[in-house]
Amino acid sequence: MPLRAKVASSVSRTAAALSRAAGRGDGSVIGGWIGLKIDPDLLAHLSAGRAIALVSGTNGKTTTTRLTTAAVGVLGRVATNSFGANMPTGHTSALAKAGSTPYAVLEVDEHYLAQVLEATEPHVVALLNLSRDQLDRAKEVAMMAQLWRAALVNHPDVRVIANADDPMVVWAATPPADPARGIRPPHVTWFSAGQRWHDDSWVCPECGHTIQRSGDQWWCSGCPLRRPQPQWAVEDDGVLDPTGAWHKVMLQLPGKVNLGNAATALAVAAEFGVRPVDAVSRLGAVTSVAGRYAQVERDGRNIRLLLAKNPASWLEAFDMADVAPTLLSINARDPDGLDTSWLFDVDFAPLRGRQVLITGDRAYDLAVRLEVNGVPFQHVRAFGEAVRAVPPGRLEVIANYTAFQDIRAELDRVN
Amino acid sequence: MSTESLRIVWIYPDLLSTYGDRGNMLILARRAQQRGMPVEVLEVRSDQRLPATADIYLIGGGEDGPQALGAQRLRADGGLHRAVAQGSVVFGVCAGYQLLGTSFFAKGVQCAGLELLDLSSDRGPSRAVGELAGDVDPRLGVPALTGFENHGGRTHLGPGVSPLARVTAGVGNDGATEGAWRGKLLGTYSHGPALARNPALADLLLRWATGAHQLPPLDDTWAERLRAERRTAVAAARA
Repeated sequence: MPLRAKVASSVSRTAAALSRAAGRGDGSVIGGWIGLKIDPDLLAHLSAGRAIALVSGTNGKTTTTRLTTAAVGVLGRVATNSFGANMPTGHTSALAKAGSTPYAVLEVDEHYLAQVLEATEPHVVALLNLSRDQLDRAKEVAMMAQLWRAALVNHPDVRVIANADDPMVVWAATPPADPARGIRPPHVTWFSAGQRWHDDSWVCPECGHTIQRSGDQWWCSGCPLRRPQPQWAVEDDGVLDPTGAWHKVMLQLPGKVNLGNAATALAVAAEFGVRPVDAVSRLGAVTSVAGRYAQVERDGRNIRLLLAKNPASWLEAFDMADVAPTLLSINARDPDGLDTSWLFDVDFAPLRGRQVLITGDRAYDLAVRLEVNGVPFQHVRAFGEAVRAVPPGRLEVIANYTAFQDIRAELDRVN
Repeated sequence: MSTESLRIVWIYPDLLSTYGDRGNMLILARRAQQRGMPVEVLEVRSDQRLPATADIYLIGGGEDGPQALGAQRLRADGGLHRAVAQGSVVFGVCAGYQLLGTSFFAKGVQCAGLELLDLSSDRGPSRAVGELAGDVDPRLGVPALTGFENHGGRTHLGPGVSPLARVTAGVGNDGATEGAWRGKLLGTYSHGPALARNPALADLLLRWATGAHQLPPLDDTWAERLRAERRTAVAAARA
């Protein structure tokens, strides 16, 4: 590593430690930010010599990164940005902190995929899904798919693990070959994890015709784009690998969506030579991910934290949550997106029959939504009030990003 | 109103539904049902024929490609024009508002609109993103508009339409006026579930559709709290 990079890396580690000591967060962003100021190529330097996997998509990035890290861990030490700091500053910080490791698994914000592909030259990239998320500042879905597609064209040697169930991802992962310009598409391995959310992929990104669906299958009515045959798939409570072998997956994380994330993790790890049979037990050791799915005992209540940031992830959260009293908390601060319109893209009907409490900066937006949805609710001003309002036993908490962090802070930054 | 029930059509949710646009359909249906009106809601996808006999048509927001495609298909279909000629109500939001006009820009190209409202849209110097508020045309008898906008367009009104509101926060059409209306056609840049924050606007559409001068009042406690909170937030941001 050049001297400048060494200095930058060391300063970056110190800043992260200071930030943690000062109680100003987990230090995963500030350290990388200072490091990148000293050496803009620091991420590339820190990536050199490591076999790297990137994990990107609208939902499931943090959890899939955690599961993939566990799976690749069969081979040796793995550096990872386990706190969800998923922009280049977070990657820089994570790699600097980890020191020398043969492997790294990095969660990447979907907007930064091109930049991080360029800097880290990964061996594998996993593309999970694309759906609407914070549209007041994020790119709209079709534009995002176009950016991914353009980025992959520049990296024909990267191994792509992509979601066969998401038409936007399939289109992004299959740029057309152009021999005249020396462009060849990357090698793609497809996984199927099921997908509850379809509302961002009714229109074919290739030709504008309607995407038709029947069961698991989907196809464009106007061009050859259709669901590829997946090599990895979720079946019952396990994962089918490309050889047809089925592996039982016993996760501590709830929901079918996490079985899909496990399938993705096994597929990524397989690209490094990890056999699913060796990795599968390690997945079961993952209990919570940066507070997500964490369970906390408080005043006789077993509180479980579920993060849901956009319509697709709310649908998955309802699937994961037990039929139990449920607190919903919504903010609309910068990291959440300022626009709460998406609340009307979520059908809250699965909550009917449960005791529902609402809180957060934008509880009134939620109140209007639930009223129209025919879901009775009770508004509470603070988290503690919600805990007192429910009987002893399970309390499910579903919150969007900063609301989740607020509650996590009340529970002493539970991991 | 058609004889048996209030028919609400949501036009092309496969193309034009980016920001919780479904909310407007749900809110209209619920507010009608709470007044004891039987309601029939119909989601018509862009590969289907548009029925010309509904009472209220809703068109939502969308990205440039779907907007251009939506306008093209609606022109070819002709159903909406027939419905308007028969006195149906049309409520357009954001991209759906622009395409009711004579022309709009999508992906840098000028596209023909439906020519149902005397207005045209082009590109502004910057994207308008944030809270939108305005004082509504007093003839409509609706309190102040509150919403969220996210669009790159600027809309120029011709003499054949009136502005929906005078802007007090945000951009709307051009920083001065917001939205437009004529007869029973109304459009706004207040995107997505615009009616969630503006129940009186929902009731205006219901009155237009039913011919009722007044509707029984509903309990809008939560909507009023939401409106007050947004008003305070907009005022605080300006201070």
